[in-house]
Amino acid sequence: MNELREKAKELLNAGTVKVIIGYSEGTTPNRTKPFIVRTIEDADKLVFNKFCVNNLAMYLTRKEYKNKGTIGIVAKGCDVKAIVQLIQENQVNKDDVYIIGMNCSGVVSELGEEFSAETIATKCLHCSVRTPHLHHTLIGALEDLPQREDKNFAAMQKLEAMTPEEKWDFWEAEFKRCVKCYACRQACPLCYCERCIADKTIPRWIESSAHTRGNFSWNIIRAFHLAGRCIGCNECERACPAEIPLSLLNRKMGMVAKKEFDYTAGIGLDTPTLVGTYNVKDNEDFIK
Amino acid sequence: MEEEKKFEPKIAAFVCNWCTYTGADLAGTSRLKYATNIKMIRVPCTGRIDPVFIIKAFEKGADGVLISGCHPNDCHYNTGNFHARRRWILFRQLLDFIGIDSSRLHFSWVSASEGKKFVDVVTEVTNTIKEKGPFEKYAKINEEFVIHE
Repeated sequence: MNELREKAKELLNAGTVKVIIGYSEGTTPNRTKPFIVRTIEDADKLVFNKFCVNNLAMYLTRKEYKNKGTIGIVAKGCDVKAIVQLIQENQVNKDDVYIIGMNCSGVVSELGEEFSAETIATKCLHCSVRTPHLHHTLIGALEDLPQREDKNFAAMQKLEAMTPEEKWDFWEAEFKRCVKCYACRQACPLCYCERCIADKTIPRWIESSAHTRGNFSWNIIRAFHLAGRCIGCNECERACPAEIPLSLLNRKMGMVAKKEFDYTAGIGLDTPTLVGTYNVKDNEDFIK
Repeated sequence: MEEEKKFEPKIAAFVCNWCTYTGADLAGTSRLKYATNIKMIRVPCTGRIDPVFIIKAFEKGADGVLISGCHPNDCHYNTGNFHARRRWILFRQLLDFIGIDSSRLHFSWVSASEGKKFVDVVTEVTNTIKEKGPFEKYAKINEEFVIHE
């Protein structure tokens, strides 16, 4: 923790960064909240622990920070994936971000819980970037990662084995609860469009009322717009007040991208984005 | 005795201006017959087809959707169909996961000279969807919805 604070002070002192986006203590000991460090004194409030769940990369594309000089950011491996994806998509200038990489040994799945093998987030179970793959400075040491059964994957396999009608009924029951608050969109580091297709009114492609019909189109399109881009931070599902298992959709699309194109989002800084390019040899056995 | 009403599916077809639409034209001028279930919507290129079009078609009561354009390397805009194909690979598997399986969503390459192939594709798609039956799941949520338009 001290190492992080010292580094933050050093960066602010030297003028390397204007602000640092990090975490500070929350309302209880097992919570943290996003925190913007603007002054040297503020740097003493920075923390990093098992409760640093938020993906702060979301702030990088917000207009308060975008193109406002170099931004420091405290990032776990999964957050760095989002930053890499944003750089790939030309949303963040590589030189405008200073990544304080944190060696990560897992975070809780939900704020307010104690950290244990039971409550570790699903994304941590298969993490390949515990040491961030892109960083300007690296802080902390790796500890053992607790392991548990991947219930999310089991749910996915169960769903995949269903008939189309059963799948539809499953999703209808889930999407029915959607209240169209768009928290999934706001929490997502990769949903940065200034004007979302859901907000367009002429023509209105996605109905704005929170009815099952419009909920289907919204959730399908949201998942599709993140296909091959979602880095699996799972912030959308955590933000969802209706507890819709959005991670199943995102994970499915990630698996399709892996299977069909051997592509993983947020890893290669110089590789082109998945749907921004094509290959003449792409699979077409489904086309008559 | 009144004859039982046969199910006639509604199929929305998004076709590209340069190949499939012209192919369908050829089928017409060649006096070939094909099912009238298909409602064609002409777009400049398959690359123009946003997945929301497909969702909208189902929303508005389509029982199936056909998407057709130029063969690879034949695209009027050179790369439109390559970009489109990559999106379809992802999108059809997403729809499959949601519960709209590949018997309702069809893709084909039909060139301007393939009037006969267009007829074959339309016949095959219509038969598949006839067999599958109406898209009752979407119709059900449509019924619940009071439209103020």
